[in-house]
Amino acid sequence: MYRYDEFDASFVSQRTEQFKDQVRRRLAGELSEDEFKPLRLMNGLYLQLHAYMLRVAIPYGTLNSRQMRKLAYIARTYDKGYGHFTTRQNIQFNWPKLEDTPKILEELAEVEMHAIQTSGNCIRNVTADHFAGAAADEIADPRPYAEILRQWSSLHPEFSFLPRKFKIAITGAPNDRAAVQVHDIGLQLTRNDAGETGFVVFVGGGLGRTPMIGRKVRDFLPEEDLLAYSEAILRVYNRYGRRDNKYKARIKILVHETGLEELKADIEQEFEKIRFGVLRLPEEEVRRIEAYFAPPPLEVGAATSAAVEARRASDAGFAQFAAHNLNPHRVPGYTSVTLSMKPIGGIPGDASDAQMDVMADLAEQYGHDEIRISHEQNVILPHVKLDDLPALYDELVAAGIAEGNAGLITDIIACPGMDFCALATARSIPVAQRISERFGAAERQAEIGELKIKISGCINACGHHHVGHIGILGLEKKGEEFYQVTLGGSANENTSIGEIVGRGFSSEEVVDAIEKLVDTYLGLRSGKEETFLDAYRRLGEAPFKEALYGAA
Amino acid sequence: MKVVTANRLLSGEVVWLGENGRWVERITLAGVFDGKEAVAEALALGLASKDRQEVVDVYEMDVTVEDGVIVPVRLREKIRATGPTTHRDLGKQAQAVSA
Ligand code: SF4
Repeated sequence: MYRYDEFDASFVSQRTEQFKDQVRRRLAGELSEDEFKPLRLMNGLYLQLHAYMLRVAIPYGTLNSRQMRKLAYIARTYDKGYGHFTTRQNIQFNWPKLEDTPKILEELAEVEMHAIQTSGNCIRNVTADHFAGAAADEIADPRPYAEILRQWSSLHPEFSFLPRKFKIAITGAPNDRAAVQVHDIGLQLTRNDAGETGFVVFVGGGLGRTPMIGRKVRDFLPEEDLLAYSEAILRVYNRYGRRDNKYKARIKILVHETGLEELKADIEQEFEKIRFGVLRLPEEEVRRIEAYFAPPPLEVGAATSAAVEARRASDAGFAQFAAHNLNPHRVPGYTSVTLSMKPIGGIPGDASDAQMDVMADLAEQYGHDEIRISHEQNVILPHVKLDDLPALYDELVAAGIAEGNAGLITDIIACPGMDFCALATARSIPVAQRISERFGAAERQAEIGELKIKISGCINACGHHHVGHIGILGLEKKGEEFYQVTLGGSANENTSIGEIVGRGFSSEEVVDAIEKLVDTYLGLRSGKEETFLDAYRRLGEAPFKEALYGAA
Repeated sequence: MKVVTANRLLSGEVVWLGENGRWVERITLAGVFDGKEAVAEALALGLASKDRQEVVDVYEMDVTVEDGVIVPVRLREKIRATGPTTHRDLGKQAQAVSA
């Protein structure tokens, strides 16, 4: 994996030193809160409902055991024994003390981590497919490009005060697991007829108050133009993006208001000015960065494992786990394993310090020291030998992270919501917990099949509800929590924004409503192969609406 | 009826302004202010404390008093006063049990 060069190491340690001094001045009364707030936000430190919250970047969701152990250590030493993995592949600590944060940042810097650009109107942590470098369907590992973008965007002087925050996602596979079409820039690796690597480029996707699907601006952007073209997009955005209204400041609004063709022309014009300049990516540089991401040595094995098959036949829990939590690996004999952070009735994305330590140990023992965080708030061991699965599974069971529910109805994305977040209008985690309990039985989940429920606690949509097959948005109505349900959203290569199905539901009603939707689907699907989303796309909203509200 | 609330600068801990003008960590100990002037006065005390770098995010909020118990009107403030409903072992509710 990528190692800091001297430049990275020095800028991270400089920033840590700076922040230490800023905190000292704040505590000494030399800085007021108004002066200090932007500084702490630049270092990922928010004030939430109960305490401060520190958001730590996990670049493109990749980390190693040593880093995971450090996160466990921080959770144990400076926080309350757990961390929360987010939909942006980051981790949040919910209870740090202001006075401890410089120390926490020092600890993070020791393992080449930081909290820079996890907040503010800058280019945020670049996210990527969590099976990157391992997936059988991958054209190329997207992470070297994510790393190149990270280096380019880190502390970029021109782009530190954009009209609004800016998110980039990249996938290396045609099956998009990184939700690239709902990012400000979405990149999909592709090859042209000549076999050269490049990108399909989408611009102006986003969720929040005004959900929009990214518009394609390039079918094939050559590798060497990645930075120049990204810079061109950012310059156009920085110049024309609205600064008069926070809710209209994202690039999606600019795309919408300017029109795609005109904006595309602006981008191309800017690009032409700089394409042969310093941002042109030399082939050797890409290969040099790629080398950091070289896959571990994996010996090709048999595509199936007798040990796995035997265990599958004798152990229903293992069979369920193997059926749902494995992703095909490009090397026969290996698999990518999802460690579900969604225990039945549990809190989506939470991991205790002890679990983090176990995951670090297991990654070392069975996974070539590689760990990934998914935007679906799970943890992945990307390179596990099939023959090791039974032993790994036993250890996961012991640690309470062996739920075989990846991609199923209880694998719910939920933002922190009103239990933590200062911006929330309703709680989201308790709704996720109740749905999880309602559908928690193994047979029932398996019968329902793939179904993505995503829950946000306010219109900012950190829980990606717009792109949930079933989306739930928590609002407040007359002082009560109130949940709006959307149907038919999706964040893969066929991205769609869910549609509001009708009036919302109270907290008491919402789980029953979800159950009615699921039962309606089960009654109407053409067969077990037809997923909820496919059935919804075939049938339209009418039968679901009727199930919820009666015949019109 | 209103109380004045904030977070402590150092720890982030949720606090309310007590009768005596000091910050308290339990809403049950908060001072309840009624009437425009009383609320404005309390808020001014809170803001002065902010200027002394003791707290951040000072604001007033609605409460009712039921059988002598102060109850925030909004759910957000109820959760701030007790702790996350998802982690009963954390926040003020946990301290209340151990106290
Ligand atoms: S969606 Fe709203 S409530 Fe949820 S984390 Fe984002 S800002 Fe907070």
